Amino acid sequence: MRRPDFTQVAEFIVGDTQADRMVPPTGITARLTLLSAAAMAFLAVFALALSVATGRMADRWGDELARSSTLRISAPTDQIDAQTQAALRVLEQTPGVASARALTDEEQRALLEPWFGPDLPVETLPIPQLIEVIEDGDGYDAQGLRLRLSAEVPGAVLDDHTRWRQPLVNAANRLRLLGWVSIGLIFGTMAAIITLAANAALAANAQVIAVLRLVGARDSYIAKAFVRRYTLRTLTGAALGVVLGLVAILLLPSAQTAGGFLTGLGFRGAGWLLPLVIPPLAAMVAFIATHLAAARTLKELP
Amino acid sequence: MIELENVAMSYGGGELLSDISLQLAPGSFHFLTGPSGAGKTTFLKLCYGALMPTAGHVRLFDHDVRNMARDDIALARRRIGVVHQDVRFLDHLPVADNVALPLTVSGRDTLDETVNLRELLAWVGLKARADALPPELSGGERQRAALARAVIMSPDVILADEPTGNIDWEMSQRLLQLLVELNRMGKTIMIATHDLNLIRAAKGQVQARVLRIASRRLQLAGADL
Ligand SMILES: Nc1ncnc2c1ncn2[C@@H]1O[C@H](COP(=O)(O)OP(=O)(O)OP(=O)(O)O)[C@@H](O)[C@H]1O
Ligand SMILES: [Mg+2]
Repeated sequence: MRRPDFTQVAEFIVGDTQADRMVPPTGITARLTLLSAAAMAFLAVFALALSVATGRMADRWGDELARSSTLRISAPTDQIDAQTQAALRVLEQTPGVASARALTDEEQRALLEPWFGPDLPVETLPIPQLIEVIEDGDGYDAQGLRLRLSAEVPGAVLDDHTRWRQPLVNAANRLRLLGWVSIGLIFGTMAAIITLAANAALAANAQVIAVLRLVGARDSYIAKAFVRRYTLRTLTGAALGVVLGLVAILLLPSAQTAGGFLTGLGFRGAGWLLPLVIPPLAAMVAFIATHLAAARTLKELP
Repeated sequence: MIELENVAMSYGGGELLSDISLQLAPGSFHFLTGPSGAGKTTFLKLCYGALMPTAGHVRLFDHDVRNMARDDIALARRRIGVVHQDVRFLDHLPVADNVALPLTVSGRDTLDETVNLRELLAWVGLKARADALPPELSGGERQRAALARAVIMSPDVILADEPTGNIDWEMSQRLLQLLVELNRMGKTIMIATHDLNLIRAAKGQVQARVLRIASRRLQLAGADL
């Protein structure tokens, strides 16, 4: 097998202007192909953003939160400190707990702020004390811990998050899958559209192809004129679509942390480079689709 | 060069051509005659690989067409110049580009050839029409352009199907002259024609054999012309 030769790629893009002239220009199919490629690439950007964002969410919920749980201590105001100390002692002795820490008043206020506003007098309210529990690699035995706590710290409720987290992680994973399926469908549709357009062009130029064939043109020469056109057209259209898609995502209103999933739709850091894969991929799809269409048509000719 | 061995051809109905054997030797000059519908065009198509024989073997430059890949056929066609009966061009390109088409598709459109092209166009009397589009040409002009296109690659074999069908006697003579000169340079020539005067005119200048398709067979016509 030969190594990929980049001068060949360059040649393909710059093109054999002669070979290109052999096939008369086609106005409407050209524009429609460009438009379809742009639309498909635009959609692909969103499907990709969806996949990436839900993937990120699933990972975060599944991984980071899995390592932490919360202990809530509700008790009369005068007992709360004592019970907190007792709970921390129990946690220290529990195998599988890496660390445990009572949240400060400021932290609790920050947690409640979105619901009750910044002026909440936390100190004077009988709100429960929260203890953040971080597990080590193996995790702890939640059932055993609950039993011990019920004996020693009657006001403690252990919330290990799994109950509500698991369905969310599942949903996020399913959403991510749907995103990828959409991307697959988008590229499949793009291949179908380009095949139809190329077939139309090949049929419209049957006479040209026959003449070229009769004067000794090889199939590859004839195919190249079509393949090159559709590949470049798709590349241009897809690039346009990706740019528009990225702009649309950039223009999504951002709502800080509270928005969660909805505003998470987008890319982070190097992730912004991911959509740049779409135009070359689309061009490759166009290349293969046109190539197959041309090969099919040419095979029928003497 | 081109060799037919016990070739039969049918388009699906009965056999149009049967048991045809012929060897086109390098440098030979043949005329092909026969009534309309006898199968002259069909015969020529067999000779440039546009049709596959239904029986027998056709060999182009020592290769059986049945075993030739599509690219092999394409390469063989660069060595066989064909003037088609239904002359077809790329209608969106000027005459000069159409005549140069075989050079272009084989990647040989160099500067040298551009000079040749101009001389050739002058020879077939199309210099003034070089920038016209094919649909703007007269029937005779189209045939002259077709002949120019057939010979521009300096092919080993030239197959011409009714090349003088639409042109006057003087121009026919000039085309014949061109073909005779090419034959003197060693090219193999085969001309399908109804024009007996053309055959007679040629007989004075070259050793031409006259083949006739009659009742599905290829016969060597005698000196009865
Ligand atoms: N593609 C085809 N399919 C079916 N029949 C065909 C086809 N091409 C030609 N024929 C038939 O084969 C016969 C021979 O045709 P061909 O064109 O070879 O004749 P020809 O000798 O060149 O005639 P002419 O002198 O009129 O050009 C004709 O009867 C024609 O109708
Ligand atoms: Mg004919």
